[in-house]
Amino acid sequence: MSIILDHINYIYGEDTTTPVHALKDICLQIQDGEFVGIIGHTGSGKSTLMQHLNGLVRATGGHIYYNGEDIYDRDYDMKKLRSKVGLVFQYPEHQLFEIDVFSDVCFGPKNLGLDRKETELRAYDALRKVGLPNELFYQSPFELSGGQKRRVAIAGVLAMKPEVLILDEPTAGLDPKGRDEILQQVKKLQTETGMTILLVSHSMEDVAEYVDRIIVMNDGSVLLEGAPRDVFSHYEELEAVGLAAPQVTYILNEFRKNGLDVDTSAITIGEAAQEIARALHR
Amino acid sequence: MLRDITLGQYYSTESLIHKLDPRVKLWGTCFYIISLFCFKNFVGYLVAMLFLALVIRLSKVPFRFMVKGMKSIVFLLLITVGFNLFLTPGTPVVSLWKLKITWEGIVLASTMALRLSLLIISSSVMTLTTTPNNLTDGMEKMMGPLKLFKLPVHEVAMMMSIALRFIPILLEETDKIMKAQIARGADFESGNLFKRAKAMVPLLVPLFISAFRRANDLAMAMEARCYRGGEGRTKMKPLIYKKQDYLAYAGLLIYFVVSVALGRMTF
Ligand SMILES: Nc1ncnc2c1ncn2[C@@H]1O[C@H](COP(=O)(O)OP(=O)(O)OP(=O)(O)O)[C@@H](O)[C@H]1O
Ligand SMILES: [Mg+2]
Repeated sequence: MSIILDHINYIYGEDTTTPVHALKDICLQIQDGEFVGIIGHTGSGKSTLMQHLNGLVRATGGHIYYNGEDIYDRDYDMKKLRSKVGLVFQYPEHQLFEIDVFSDVCFGPKNLGLDRKETELRAYDALRKVGLPNELFYQSPFELSGGQKRRVAIAGVLAMKPEVLILDEPTAGLDPKGRDEILQQVKKLQTETGMTILLVSHSMEDVAEYVDRIIVMNDGSVLLEGAPRDVFSHYEELEAVGLAAPQVTYILNEFRKNGLDVDTSAITIGEAAQEIARALHR
Repeated sequence: MLRDITLGQYYSTESLIHKLDPRVKLWGTCFYIISLFCFKNFVGYLVAMLFLALVIRLSKVPFRFMVKGMKSIVFLLLITVGFNLFLTPGTPVVSLWKLKITWEGIVLASTMALRLSLLIISSSVMTLTTTPNNLTDGMEKMMGPLKLFKLPVHEVAMMMSIALRFIPILLEETDKIMKAQIARGADFESGNLFKRAKAMVPLLVPLFISAFRRANDLAMAMEARCYRGGEGRTKMKPLIYKKQDYLAYAGLLIYFVVSVALGRMTF
C-alpha cells in the first residue's frame, strides 16, 4: 500500500509560446502512514506535484501507482481516488461557499453519496479534529478569521475520511500560535488514525519537528530526500537553492567550528539546548 | 481547462503587424469588415481572403490560433448556413422530403459563411497581435473627439482595460476553485441541465467573492497612488504614428479600393 511516482513530467502550456517545464522526471515512493514534508522555494513545482497525486492534473509523461494500480488506466475510478487522497489547496479559504460552516464541511461527504446522518457525523467529527470551537459551527464561513477559515477548509477535506491527506502550505500567513496548533493537530491525526500525510511548506522549522521524511524540490526536480537530520546536514546545498536549515543547525555548526564538540544533528530547540549543555559539562 | 478562448488573447511574438500602431489595426479591422459587406460577387471575397492570408503571414501567428477563435461561433455559423440553405426561395436544386435546397440558397449560405468566418478571423488577428493595453489606448485615442459630447472617454477606456486585465486572473481563479471543489468530490460534468446549474454554485460563490475582493483592493491601490481620472493625465508611452503606420494605411486604402471595385463589378 503506497503511492509510487514513476518518471513524472509535466509541462504547463505545451502549445503556447512560453511552455513551463514544471516537473522534471520525478521518481518518488510514499509509504502508508508516513508523514512526509515537501519543501522548495517559490515556483519549484510543489503544488503542481501535489495536484498529480489525486489526478487533478494529468502528467505529460510517466505513471502514478496508487496501491499498485496505475491511475492513468482508462478504467481507473478517478472519483474514488479523489475520495481516498484528500487535497487541501494553498489558501483553501477561497473555496468556502456555503451559508454556514457546518454545511460547507458537509459538502465533501455529501458528494460521496453518503446519507444525511453519516454526513453530519463526519462533518462534526472533522470540525472537532481541527479544533474549531463549537460556537462557530453555524456561523457564515466568511465572517471567520483567516486561521479559522483555514481550519474549516481542512475539515472539509477531512470529512471525506481520506487515506492520504495532502496539505499545501497549510500555515502560510498564520501567526506562530495558529501555525503550531494546526501542525500539532495534523501530527495527532497521523499518530491516531494512521493517515498518510504530505505537508508542503516553505519553512524548514515548520516541518523539522513533525515529519518522518523530507523531500526537497528545486526547479521541478527532487534535490534531496531523507530523514530531517540527514537533509539538514546538507545545509550548504540547501542554501545554494535559496532554502535554509533550521536556526539551531547553524548555531550548532558555529559551536563546532569554534571548537566545542557538539553533535550537529539536533533539529528542535530543546534537543539543541540539551546537546550544548551536555558538551559544556564534559 | 478553460484556457482555449482565443478571441481577445494576445499571442506574443515579434512581427511587422505586432509593431503597428493599434489605431492602424483598429481602423484596418473596421474597414476590412465594411469591405466584406460591400461585395456582390465572389471575386471580392477572393481578394479579401488573399489580403487576410497576407496579413496572417506577416503576423507570424500560427493559423491554428485563428481557428481556435472560430470554435466559439461554429454553432452560430451552422444555424445561419442551415436557415439560408433551406429557406431561400428560388430555383430548386435538390429536394429532400419537404425541404428544398435552391441555387440561390447555396449562394447565400456560402456568402454568409464566408463573411462570418472572415469577420471573426480578422478580428482575431487584431486581438492576437495587439496587447489589451495597447488596444484600449488606441480606442481611447480614437474616441477622443467624443469628449466634446461629454462622453467619459478616458473612464470607459480605463474600465475596458481593467476588465481585459481581469479576464486571465479570473480564469486562473476559476481553474483553481474548480480544482479545489473537484478535490472535494464536486462533479461539474455529468447530470442534466438543472443538476449542472446547481453544481455551479460552489464555483460561482467563491468566484464572485474573490472578484469583489480584487476589485476592492484595486480601487484602494489606485486611490493610494492618487488616481483621479482622466483630466490632465499624461501617458508614459504616448501613441505616435511612425513611417510603417502610414505605409500600412496606404496598403489598407489600396486593398479597400481594389477589393470593393472588383467586388461590385458585374461580369
Ligand atoms: N496554471 C499555470 N499555468 C502556467 N504555469 C504555471 C501554472 N501554475 C504554475 N505554473 C508554473 O509552474 C511552476 C511550478 O509552480 P507551482 O505552483 O507548482 O510552484 P510551488 O512550488 O507550489 O510554488 P509556491 O511555493 O509559490 O506555491 C512555476 O514556474 C509556475 O510559474
Ligand atoms: Mg504552491
